[in-house]
Amino acid sequence: MTDTTSQSSLTEKLLQRAAPGRAEFEDLVIVPIFAVIVALIVGALVMLATAVDIETIGRSYLALLQGSLGSVNAISETLTSAIPLVLAGLGLALGFRAGLFNIGAEGQIVVGGIAAVIVGFSFPGLPWIIHLPLALLAGALAGGLYASIAGYLRAATGAHEVITTIMLNLSSYLLLSWMLGLEWMQRPGRSDPVSKSVLPSAELPRLLTDIDPNLRLHAGIFVMIAAVILVHWLLFKTKTGFEYRASGENPDAARYAGMHASAIIVFAMATAGALAGLAGANQVLGVLERATPGFSSGIGFDAISVALLGRSHPVGVLFAGLLFGALEAGGRQMQVDAGVSIDLISIIQALIIVFIAAPLLVRAIFPWGFKKPAGR
Amino acid sequence: MTAASTTDLAPDAKIDTHKARQARIYGIVLIGLAILVAAVFGYGSEGNATFGLSRPRDPWVIPNLVIPAASFNYIAAAVLAFLGMRQFMRGGSRWSTVSIAVGFALATAAFLVWATAGKSFSLTGMLSATVVAAVPIALGGLAGVLSERVAVVNIAIEGMLLAGAFTGALMGSLLGGWGGLLSAVLVGGMFGFILAALVVTYRMDQIIAGVVITLFVTGVTSYVSSQVFSEYRFLNNAPVFRAWKIPFLGDIPVIGPVLFNQNLFVYGAFILVSVATYYLFYTRYGLRARSVGEHPRAADTLGINVYRTRYINVTLAGMVAGFGGAWFTLGSVGRFDENMTGGLGYIGLAAMIFGRWHPFGALMAALIFGFADSLQQKLAIVRTPIPSEFLAMAPYLATIVVVAGFVGRSRPPAADGKPYVKE
Repeated sequence: MTDTTSQSSLTEKLLQRAAPGRAEFEDLVIVPIFAVIVALIVGALVMLATAVDIETIGRSYLALLQGSLGSVNAISETLTSAIPLVLAGLGLALGFRAGLFNIGAEGQIVVGGIAAVIVGFSFPGLPWIIHLPLALLAGALAGGLYASIAGYLRAATGAHEVITTIMLNLSSYLLLSWMLGLEWMQRPGRSDPVSKSVLPSAELPRLLTDIDPNLRLHAGIFVMIAAVILVHWLLFKTKTGFEYRASGENPDAARYAGMHASAIIVFAMATAGALAGLAGANQVLGVLERATPGFSSGIGFDAISVALLGRSHPVGVLFAGLLFGALEAGGRQMQVDAGVSIDLISIIQALIIVFIAAPLLVRAIFPWGFKKPAGR
Repeated sequence: MTAASTTDLAPDAKIDTHKARQARIYGIVLIGLAILVAAVFGYGSEGNATFGLSRPRDPWVIPNLVIPAASFNYIAAAVLAFLGMRQFMRGGSRWSTVSIAVGFALATAAFLVWATAGKSFSLTGMLSATVVAAVPIALGGLAGVLSERVAVVNIAIEGMLLAGAFTGALMGSLLGGWGGLLSAVLVGGMFGFILAALVVTYRMDQIIAGVVITLFVTGVTSYVSSQVFSEYRFLNNAPVFRAWKIPFLGDIPVIGPVLFNQNLFVYGAFILVSVATYYLFYTRYGLRARSVGEHPRAADTLGINVYRTRYINVTLAGMVAGFGGAWFTLGSVGRFDENMTGGLGYIGLAAMIFGRWHPFGALMAALIFGFADSLQQKLAIVRTPIPSEFLAMAPYLATIVVVAGFVGRSRPPAADGKPYVKE
């Protein structure tokens, strides 16, 4: 009996770590800061190991800073990169709160982007006030439906969402490459797989073109802020959100309280997918203005890190998304200035999550700075 | 006590209706397949389908298999319809699983005959490719079995495969094939050890730990391959293990080229699966490992070191995955490309579930996935009306179907995924 209780209390603690109810300051602020610092140090060690000299390492971290915050253009790039990360991260955070580990944001972004681009190039003559929301909605709907396949399978058969969503990710790439070769989808006069361009009435307008026509920041930032507020309201102020959190924190208790576990799983996956689909729609309507092979560019996987780093809290996700957007934008600058591959950024990101998800490890590395855990 | 007796009765009744319902669903699936086979594959095929069984220069040449396409498919449809009706009428009979397996096999055969009607197609070549394609999946699945039998969910297999592939290419270029293989196994084992450390000692969530290891390995390997390999090409040019033909056995028609004229990795996979089966089910260490997976507290009480057992088995799993990863480079092209494992580690996990957490089961499941994979590659050459992207999706969709269809029916180790805290 002690066995099961101690185990269940431990799983509770672990779930709390992924989706804490009332996280303490220490876990919320100190651990992430330590994580970022340690990850940057290990990143430097990786560069040293691949024969990058110390001066270049200094230059690359300087470029990382400049490329993310150093100029108006850098800040615009940071925000532009952050928008899809925050949107998809919010979706994943919702899933984590409901106890679902959805790795499928990538596929949901792809499917959402496809739907948005189809609506975006289809209806010529629509005023933008109808066309743009319609395209965004199409993206959200497609992403939601795609994700709810995995949700339904989890609810009906118990198939683990990690495996099904990964398979849906892989299928979505193939779906994209097939659709980009279709005659009505492909850009006329092009033999390479690129979709038709989105009509101006469905584009997310660029915001800062008055300052400099190259600034890419687009109106998706309002969608992002609205989504943060909406998800916060949904999670913490509505009955549905309470049910998500309850069944994530203690599925048995939630079931005994009369909540429909299966319906919650499907709905939570659908909302998560809708947000990821919205992220895909943002990319095609705001940044690329068309669908290209690989337009999702791993955003869905970075969003997992964003959601974990943000402790599955909407505001946390916002800040984590901004941090990752900055790393992304800075990483591009780093590649240009110092000649260090941008893939280094993904190493740093992975390390950040290791330290976030295993606070015991951070405590083992930095025994000072933390109060002793209670009861030891 | 009354409550207990009612709960004792209720599940039985429930199981019966559940079984009957399942049998009816199988029946409907089989009848649907019959209609599909008759209407599409039977009606749509003309002429003969020619399957090549041996190459002209083989020591014993056997003639090609020529099948009249339309009649074969109509017969297949009739058998499918019979099996389906039987399932539907006599629900819950004990032949359900066999019927559905035979049904899927027949439908696949009919599909193949339809696709090759009027053309010719090397069956032996496809079967040989099946075995080759099954190797990384089987080894991934075996790695999954080894770690999940001690209750550690291993989502990191994908990362371990990638690490093995990368190390195989890098160290293979520096030290030669065997050095590369050994390093790949060691690096795989290292990541297994890291996974064990994260989940056993630092009690990180097992799924998050696995995903993070995969992300980390993807990052490191992509970074090095774009930062270093692009400049120093000789570091990414490893020798390849060629096929070794086993004397005499390799000359048997069909079976010879499929099973006994392959490279080291194919033989290695078969040997490892056998050894792992022996280890898990016929040695005392295997019994201990399984007890840690089923009931760690009881195992601990009996004096088994739960933590150490988990460390050892997960490290072994990593070594197996590292060996499987080396297949991608040392076993085929000798060169590492970013993300070259392409999700096969996750398909390996599905193979583990399909194979009911048994090494041989995982191997059989891997062969089915390998078949789906080589089928789509060959069909892309033969040209069918189906777009090649959808054919390429087949293994992924098959994985979803398998995970959804079998997860409820195969039982994972009881403590799977749960961390253990010694008191």
